[in-house]
Formats: sequence, C-alpha cells, structure tokens
Amino acid sequence: MRIPGLLIALFAVLLAGCGESPVAFHGKDITGVMNDLSFTLTDENGDTVTETIVDGKAVVLFFGYTHCPDYCPMTLTLLAQAMNTLSEQEREQLRVLFISVDPERDTPALLKEYTEYFGPEVIGLTGSKDQLDDVTKRYRTAYGYGDKDEEGNYEVSHGLAMYGFDKSGRVRLLMRNDQPVEQVADDLKALTDL
Amino acid sequence: MWQTLQTALTPYILSPLTVLLCLLAAGGWVLGARRLARQGRAPSVWRTLSFFTGLLLCYAVIHTQFDYYARYMFFMHRIQHLVLHHLGAFLIALANPLPVLAAVAGGRRFPLLARAFAPLRRVLFDPVVATLLFVGLIFFWLWPSVHFDAMLSLRLYELMNWSMLIDGVIFWLVILDPRDPRQARTSGFGVRFLMLVAALFPQILLGAYITFSEPGLYDVYAICGRAWPLSPATDQVLGGVLTWIPPAMMTILGALVVLRYYLNYEQRGD
Repeated sequence: MRIPGLLIALFAVLLAGCGESPVAFHGKDITGVMNDLSFTLTDENGDTVTETIVDGKAVVLFFGYTHCPDYCPMTLTLLAQAMNTLSEQEREQLRVLFISVDPERDTPALLKEYTEYFGPEVIGLTGSKDQLDDVTKRYRTAYGYGDKDEEGNYEVSHGLAMYGFDKSGRVRLLMRNDQPVEQVADDLKALTDL
Repeated sequence: MWQTLQTALTPYILSPLTVLLCLLAAGGWVLGARRLARQGRAPSVWRTLSFFTGLLLCYAVIHTQFDYYARYMFFMHRIQHLVLHHLGAFLIALANPLPVLAAVAGGRRFPLLARAFAPLRRVLFDPVVATLLFVGLIFFWLWPSVHFDAMLSLRLYELMNWSMLIDGVIFWLVILDPRDPRQARTSGFGVRFLMLVAALFPQILLGAYITFSEPGLYDVYAICGRAWPLSPATDQVLGGVLTWIPPAMMTILGALVVLRYYLNYEQRGD
C-alpha cells in the first residue's frame, strides 16, 4: 500500500504547486497555471492592437458576444457594480477587456456602443478566426456557434470565466460571475495592489 | 478533403512527450519483433495488429483535433479516457507486449536495472494494488475539484492522461497475461475474475452517480466554454453513461478472454 500513498502525496504536491502567490483571492488563484497576457486583436476603432494597450494596468479579461442574452451583460454589470465601489485611483489602475468571439455580428462600431454602456474602463476587442483561436487557446477556453434560425440569429457558446492579470500582465485569478459584488470588488482591488 | 484530414490530425496542443513516447513504443515493438523473428518466435499478425490499433487509438484521442473536443466537452473527455484506460490499453495489453519490448535488448542483460524495477513491478502488478489504482485513478481524476484543476492546467492535464493510459495498460496486463499462472506465478484466473468484478461495481456506481446528479457537477466545461452549444445537462448525462456502460462491457470482454485462457489450460490438463 506504500505506492498509492506515495502517489497521493505526489498529486498533492503537484496540486499545491499551482498556487504560490501570497494573496488570498475569493476567486481561484491561477498564478502560473496559464500564460501571461498577450494578444493581437482588433479594437473598437477597427485598429489592430496588442496587449500593450493596457501596459501597466491590472486587467480583467473575458470572452463573450454582444448578442449574448444573459451571461455577458450580467457579468459586465457585475464588474461595473464592483468597479463603482472602488476609488477613482483604483479604477484608473484597472481595465476590462471584453473579447467578442462573434466577429461576424460584432463590428468595432457595435462593440464600442455596447462597452460604453458599461463604463470607460471596458474595452471591446474582436478579431479574425485565427486571432481568436490563438487567444482562446492561450486561456484554455473554447467557443462555437449554434445553427442559424430563420432570422439569422444564432447562439454562441463561450467560456464563463473572468481572468485577472496583474499590472505586469501575469495571470493571477479566475473569477466566476456567481461571486457577490463585494467579493469581486475585493479581488479587483487585490489585483491592482499586486 | 486533404485539408480537412490535415486539420483533423493536427494536434490541438503539440506535446513532444506524447510524440516521443508513442514513437518509442512503436519503434520498440518493430525492433523487438524483428529480433524475435530471427529466433523464429515472431509475434503473430494479430498481436501486432492489436498493439498498433491500441497505440494508434490512444494517440488519436490525445494528439489530434479529438483532444480539442476532449478538453471542451465532458462526454468527449469520457470517450478519451475510455480509450486510454480501457479500449486502447486493453488492446495494447492483449498483444502481450512485454516479451516483444524486452527483446529489444537482445542478448544484453541489465541486472541492476532489473533489480531496481523488480519491487516496483511487484507492487504495481499486485492484483489488489492494480485494482485499487485502476478504480482509484478514475475516481481521483473525476473528483470535481481535482477535475477542475486538471482541466485548467496543461501540466496536470498531461499527467492525467498519461497516468490513465499507463495505469490502464498495467491493469490489463495483469488481467490478460497469457501465460499459465501456475508456471509463471502470475495472478490466478480466479483472482483476475475477482479483480474485474471489484473494478466493475465502483465504475457502475460512479457512472450512475454522474448520470443522475444535478447538472453542474463538472462546471469547468461551463467556465471554459464548450466546443459547441450543448446543454450542460445533456453533456453530463452522456458523460455519466459513458463512464457507466462501455467500461462495464470492457470488463465482460476481459472476463471472456480470461475464461478462454482458463479453458485452454484446463483442457491441456494437469
């Protein structure tokens, strides 16, 4: 029976190795588990941009699409509410990247209109299939399209995670939108303090 | 057409370790089989076919576009593990690969290496340990919090898949060892039946538990996004059924092979 014990110990060590940062997030600490912030996408003005647009800021990134009936507006509202509890200086240290995985319908103009509604810290991005494949693979998330109905509407499946990056672009945090506003605010503040 | 095939065969995430291990296994078989053939003891076509089918199946589920679906759909992940832990591992073990792979060394002997590995082999091939590990690993990687971490971290994901494959091969090697247990001093056929039964029921229970649980048991697929819009409830039910029924069928298949060996040796008489 020594071997199973040993295996369990090994797994425990491996699992423990995943979280090494001193901060206690309410969400899941994923320091070192995923890649640092990096992307090449199209912004709300139709320009090609990279992660340098958020240089020196903490970042919350998540994937969605503007025709999303529930999750995306809920999450953006949650983030906006949490940001509202922060001070102006703290908010200035923070950017929200909303990456649309539905470039067919989400034009830069539409994205701009959509994200403006949730606050100036929210930046809408999208890209070609290759660009989106790159960035979704980096953050271990998938997206896919349902069949079109008669009016040409279709469902888009996408990840529900919000990924937090510290000011140097290192991945730190994975949040879900079932966290209460106060906890999200705590985690955002912790991100900007890192 | 060609492009579709190329896309399908391109690994979702390139893993040099996987390529290396699969090449080593395939090369080992080819080399060992040639050495044995020179002594007039070449493995049969069926054994070769079984080995390479098993190996190819395992490669296909972890290092092609299939892997993408296995990462982003729970039920596809269950198919992946079904191949790694049951079907592929079963076919590899059914080919009785150890004598062929050992023949790679030719006449050379490595007494130190053999002595170092002997205790490990004794423990891992012990019927109780092999069964506990076989069932234990299924439960371990399907433990919701462990499953979540394994799906998130590339390192753990690879560890999960390789541990499933290696453990599956060991378990089925114990079950499907074609030698006469009385002479080779391996586990008796009765013991092997008991191993199969002991492994069967926990898998049925786990499969049924997943099938009938409230949806959302494995929320990592919701959080990381599914490959296409499939309802979480359907995904979980499919995954549960795949954990439940095909492994049970593989157990029966294993029992049939053991029964055949048993009858063979019985007929030859004592």
